[in-house]
Amino acid sequence: MSKVKNKVEKANFVSTTNACKLCTPLGASLAFRGVEGAIPFQHGSQGCSTYMRRYIISHFREPVDIASSALGEKNAIYGGGPNLKKGILNVMKKYDPLLIGIATTCLTETIGDDVPRILFEFRQEFGDLKLPELVSVSSPSYNGTHMDGWHGAVCSLVEQLCTEQAEKDDSVNILPNMISCEDIRELRDICERFEVEATILPDISETLDAPALEDYVKIPTGGTPIKSIKKMSGASATIEFGRCLADKTGGVALEKKFGVKNHRIGIPMGLRETDALFDTLEEVTGTPTPRRYELERGRLIDAYVDGHKYVFGKRAIVYGEEDLVTGLCSFLSEIGVEVVLAGTGARGKGLEKAIADATEGVARKMPIVREGVDFHDIADEAEELKADLMIGHSKGYKYAKAWNIPLIRVGFPIHDRFGGQRILHIGYRGALSLFDKIVNAVLEKKQSDSNIGYGYL
Amino acid sequence: MTSAILEERKDQIHRTGQGDIDIACNRESLAGAVSQRACVFCGSRVVLYPIADALHLVHGPIGCAVYTWDIRGSLSSGPELHRMSFSTDLQEVDVIFGGEKKLEAALDELIDRHSPKAAFVYSTCIVGIIGDDLEAVCRKMTEKKGIPVLPVMSEGFKGSKREGYLAACKAMFKLVGTEDVSDVSPISVNILGDFNLAGEIWIVREYFRRMGVEVVANITGDGRVKDVGRSHGAALNLVQCSGATLDLAKMIKEKYGKPFIRVSYLGIEDMAESLYQVADFFKDIDPNIVQRTQDLVKDELSKLMPEIARYRKDLEGKKVAMYVGGSFKAFSLLKAFRHLGMKVVMVGSQTGTKEDYAELAQIADPGTILVDDANPLELSAFIKEKDVDVFVGGVKERPIAFKMGVGFCDHNHERKEALEGFEGMLNFAREIHSSVMSPVWSFVPRRSNRISKIIKEAGNE
Ligand code: SF4
Ligand code: SF4
Repeated sequence: MSKVKNKVEKANFVSTTNACKLCTPLGASLAFRGVEGAIPFQHGSQGCSTYMRRYIISHFREPVDIASSALGEKNAIYGGGPNLKKGILNVMKKYDPLLIGIATTCLTETIGDDVPRILFEFRQEFGDLKLPELVSVSSPSYNGTHMDGWHGAVCSLVEQLCTEQAEKDDSVNILPNMISCEDIRELRDICERFEVEATILPDISETLDAPALEDYVKIPTGGTPIKSIKKMSGASATIEFGRCLADKTGGVALEKKFGVKNHRIGIPMGLRETDALFDTLEEVTGTPTPRRYELERGRLIDAYVDGHKYVFGKRAIVYGEEDLVTGLCSFLSEIGVEVVLAGTGARGKGLEKAIADATEGVARKMPIVREGVDFHDIADEAEELKADLMIGHSKGYKYAKAWNIPLIRVGFPIHDRFGGQRILHIGYRGALSLFDKIVNAVLEKKQSDSNIGYGYL
Repeated sequence: MTSAILEERKDQIHRTGQGDIDIACNRESLAGAVSQRACVFCGSRVVLYPIADALHLVHGPIGCAVYTWDIRGSLSSGPELHRMSFSTDLQEVDVIFGGEKKLEAALDELIDRHSPKAAFVYSTCIVGIIGDDLEAVCRKMTEKKGIPVLPVMSEGFKGSKREGYLAACKAMFKLVGTEDVSDVSPISVNILGDFNLAGEIWIVREYFRRMGVEVVANITGDGRVKDVGRSHGAALNLVQCSGATLDLAKMIKEKYGKPFIRVSYLGIEDMAESLYQVADFFKDIDPNIVQRTQDLVKDELSKLMPEIARYRKDLEGKKVAMYVGGSFKAFSLLKAFRHLGMKVVMVGSQTGTKEDYAELAQIADPGTILVDDANPLELSAFIKEKDVDVFVGGVKERPIAFKMGVGFCDHNHERKEALEGFEGMLNFAREIHSSVMSPVWSFVPRRSNRISKIIKEAGNE
């Protein structure tokens, strides 16, 4: 019996080696960063937020201020409420934010701090001050990954800010999942060309990729305006990206409470998932897809044709966030790349079904799908899988190097290359740029492995 | 506009020349202040991480391990177990029912898989809260596996990085004295407090080789468990940096009577001075060592100085701000910058002591800002006030400088350039030069506005 089969039955994991996930408050903090005038705040000890800031900064190369309630030993025992309140006041004094996005950490979840209650008290105690919006999310890391933090924060923003029925208008809400700054800009362009007003939540395109400035701004400009979030209840529809989402999301909440129809589609990666986005936009706006995108689509197919032989039958290992992995699998299946292993560090996200749905009718074979993997698990199977490519964030580099195969860097984090925030993954243009990257990686490998070194390939 | 400095932090900032220095430090970070500081766990991890043939298992939820995965530039000449990230990745059930069983199983699995020479088990915040008995598990696993399994009591919230250093030293001290030292030379040292970033320890070791000094243990850059075990055999301990391994040196002194001196390998004077101190220590047993050391320094300087002079021409008069972890490094850097003709206008540190700041105040130029445990808003305010040309700091400070159009030099645990020794000084000069002299600064808003202003003013005349 092959080793690969045995792994299927691998029982409870014991330890994690080189994890393929990040912790929950990180995702929440990133999402909060995409709101206008907002500052993320972690309720826990100082170390967590410092570490996460460092981690995020290495990818975005932007200042990332995340406040912390900096709990010490006494607070850990007697509860962190006083520090949380003091921290909020200090942040108000120094940053003058419009919103403070509070994420709990493992520590404060374990000691049982009731953040909504503390915030309730805070509002009563300091009601005479001009208070910023205070949005909180419960994000213990032992319960999920950074994606749970991200989606949790988005859901909290919607639930805690959009509490009333706004006047109906023609706008749409887009909850784009964790995609790059460039992706958000692409999305914004698309909406503009559809002439539809869109509330994209969150919008990290400027707050995590700002221009050079004269002075240090406390909170970068950009982000989803708070007043737009409050008006999400009046939108004509919500489109949320992700095939691995929980039952409860921002989109679902809006549908339940205000009847805003929720369209759940995959992250628009590759041809078909992007088609789904355009179909949905046509449906909700009643506007036909602008010609520019017909052209882009045509160019993408043209490129698929031009390059198909280079990539057909190549075997890829894909890893990362559950929805990103699903999007990648969908795209790769279109170009004839066989995904041999699709892995995510998350658990219980229905990744297998998501991939099966997204690749239906195109993929010739389902990949081995793994939830809760780390790089050790991936490496364990890799030898038998005989992969030609790895596709995922830069933490797989060590392994790609060991196996002497190209790593195509996508997603988050990209720590060993430049421009991670500017990688375009979505839309026809995103698919095209991914396709170019993959074909070129294959060609480069061919060239460097060959002792002839053809100049025409 | 709100001021950049919070009232509660005012006494953590001092300007030299303005009255007596009485800077408040060693204080808990202020809630909501966006401190640049990390935690106890971070301190332990920094110190122990480079021991390359040990297993480093982080007992806690995933984040603490993931964010410390291979972030340092600590190189190893052999095994590279330290570059992996191991975690017990605690889940909700473990938090409820305790994580001891899982920790035991993880150690079992990982020790069998990697055959390390020892294992360090780091406790993180929630482990402290749920009350796992790390010591008991480690004791049991030591017996079962036949290698030292050492708990590192580093719950993040129990202080700052400094307490983490102490926890690390305590864990290491359990290894000291476990190996035979009969073949150790009487002219021998341990290198403490150097993490072999970008191979720096190899530069320093080469100097000692040329001087005829045996290096018994690198603690901890390119470190080995066995070497730590015989480190008590070395005649002298050389402690670099302000705090990280000072406690270990003290413990060794107390138990084994081996003295230590504090050294620095950064900059020309401090590097030379450190070598001379070592020569001086051994000159009674080996009278020729002094001459050999002088020759070495002369040789190195004759290569280095002409090159430095070339950089100095461009750099003369440029202004520097620095924000470092331990303040000891700041002394060396200050002197190094003087060699480049540059002016240091701000010095900050995450974990300086009162004595450190007092000493800094003495050697710094009047008007220099000294600051303890700063944050982005303060740092940016000082950068602006002093119109700095280059900022020296770590990864978290880099985007602050860059965003404001100021050059940056990474001089943290994560640097990937060797900056120690005489060769290191040259790298340092080169790095500073390329940070300051790049044409890109003429395009950034801060500078380009000024240029256009000058042009405008000139036109108005
Ligand atoms: S949980 Fe504690 S130990 Fe881990 S990074 Fe946060 S502060 Fe440090
Ligand atoms: S304690 Fe939890 S929140 Fe903090 S770094 Fe570790 S995993 Fe993340």
